[in-house]
Amino acid sequence: MVEAEIIVIGGGPAGLSAAKAAASLGARVIVCERDELPGGQLVKQTHKFFGSEKQSAGERGIHIGEKLLKEVMENEKITLLTDATAIGIYEDGVVGILHRGSFVKYKPQRVVIATGASEKFLAFSGNDLPGIYGAGAVQTLMNVAGVKPAERVLMIGSGNIGLIVSYQLKQAGVEVAAVIEAAPKIGGYLVHASKIRRAGIPILTGWTIMEAYGDGQVEGAKICRLDDKWQPIPGTEQDVKCDVICLAVGLSPLTELCWQAECEMKFVRELSGHVPVTDKNLETTHKGIYAAGDVSGIEEASSAMVEGRLAGYAAAESLGYGQERAAALKEEARAELDELRAGPMGAKIRQGIETMESKGGKVYVNLDRYSR
Amino acid sequence: MRITEHPILEFKREEKLSFYYNGQPVEAYKGETVAAALHAAGVRKFGESAELRHPRGLFCAIGNCSSCFMTVDGEANVRVCVTHVREGMKVEEQKGKGDVWNG
Repeated sequence: MVEAEIIVIGGGPAGLSAAKAAASLGARVIVCERDELPGGQLVKQTHKFFGSEKQSAGERGIHIGEKLLKEVMENEKITLLTDATAIGIYEDGVVGILHRGSFVKYKPQRVVIATGASEKFLAFSGNDLPGIYGAGAVQTLMNVAGVKPAERVLMIGSGNIGLIVSYQLKQAGVEVAAVIEAAPKIGGYLVHASKIRRAGIPILTGWTIMEAYGDGQVEGAKICRLDDKWQPIPGTEQDVKCDVICLAVGLSPLTELCWQAECEMKFVRELSGHVPVTDKNLETTHKGIYAAGDVSGIEEASSAMVEGRLAGYAAAESLGYGQERAAALKEEARAELDELRAGPMGAKIRQGIETMESKGGKVYVNLDRYSR
Repeated sequence: MRITEHPILEFKREEKLSFYYNGQPVEAYKGETVAAALHAAGVRKFGESAELRHPRGLFCAIGNCSSCFMTVDGEANVRVCVTHVREGMKVEEQKGKGDVWNG
């Protein structure tokens, strides 16, 4: 058993920021990251970020990630474990970590869960053919491994991820047949949408995929128009030749550890599913366990980093570190979050937080079903 | 196929090595995953599903979904999207659940 002050689960933007913040107040932190390469999704983001200067706006995601990682690795108060998967948080507060094939038990005083999200899937005929990839997988192949993911891609979903990955595909020399979007309007920022339209990629709103076909792998897709009740309009079917169908249809918070730790969970549609209830310090209802980043509601890397900072300061403060500075630093982080969520694109997340608050106090999910 | 020219990224490739895919040698670079090396070599089908024997390939590429199970050096159900290539490694297409007892 290894005693620890703070364990951060997840080495993405939220987790690394939490570790950096907690260590800056004097706490010792262990970060466990399941991949060999820390940085989470930042390692594949070749586009420039929005926000204000405080969130490194104008810099590319990959560079923000590299900088953050360097600061974490140079900090002697932080131990970064890679190929380290947290596989359980147990009743006695023990966190089990599978590190390079060995199971190690840690006994931390505080835990920050920053596990991020997983990609959503979509139901259509033939959706299990090789060549149907999540948008993150396409980015991993082309931006991390440097492998051309396809010759011609059909992109499903026009949220920011669908739009950005389409542009990245173009940069990698891959043709994008079209971006199709079931909703009547484009989901992501118009600045991204105009960029890919200028690059000659059509964005078809009110269209969906009906079928993927191919002998052993994707060779094409059948798409069709939807009416205002989201029903396929007969006679509008079109055939799209492509060797990869990329799904960018949203993310789900990776909350398994929150459930296991019996944090109170609520379903909030705008936050993309069941998420832990957290207070102003991002502490869950399980004392000593904090949640930051996409695990507590799908948002962007910029806000994940600020949430990570907030949780990191709060966890360190609760252990007695940085008593004079913590309150002001947390307030600063909260103000940044408000700023990031202020615009029209933040409406969904604001609604989500409101819904979460309105559900506060009553148990939305029957936790008894999950107890021993 | 590998990306050689990119407007933003530069891919620093480590030394070359070779592993076996269904008995055939495949070239790869140290530090890359089996899934990436196979994809670069034009292989997208990694196995067949347990019941209907539908072809299976990768989906998430970050070790989340387990769609990319292959048999590696006799060990079944290895997520090749997070497994790095090693010289001489034997990677085989996995049909169904794989033999977890005898390897």
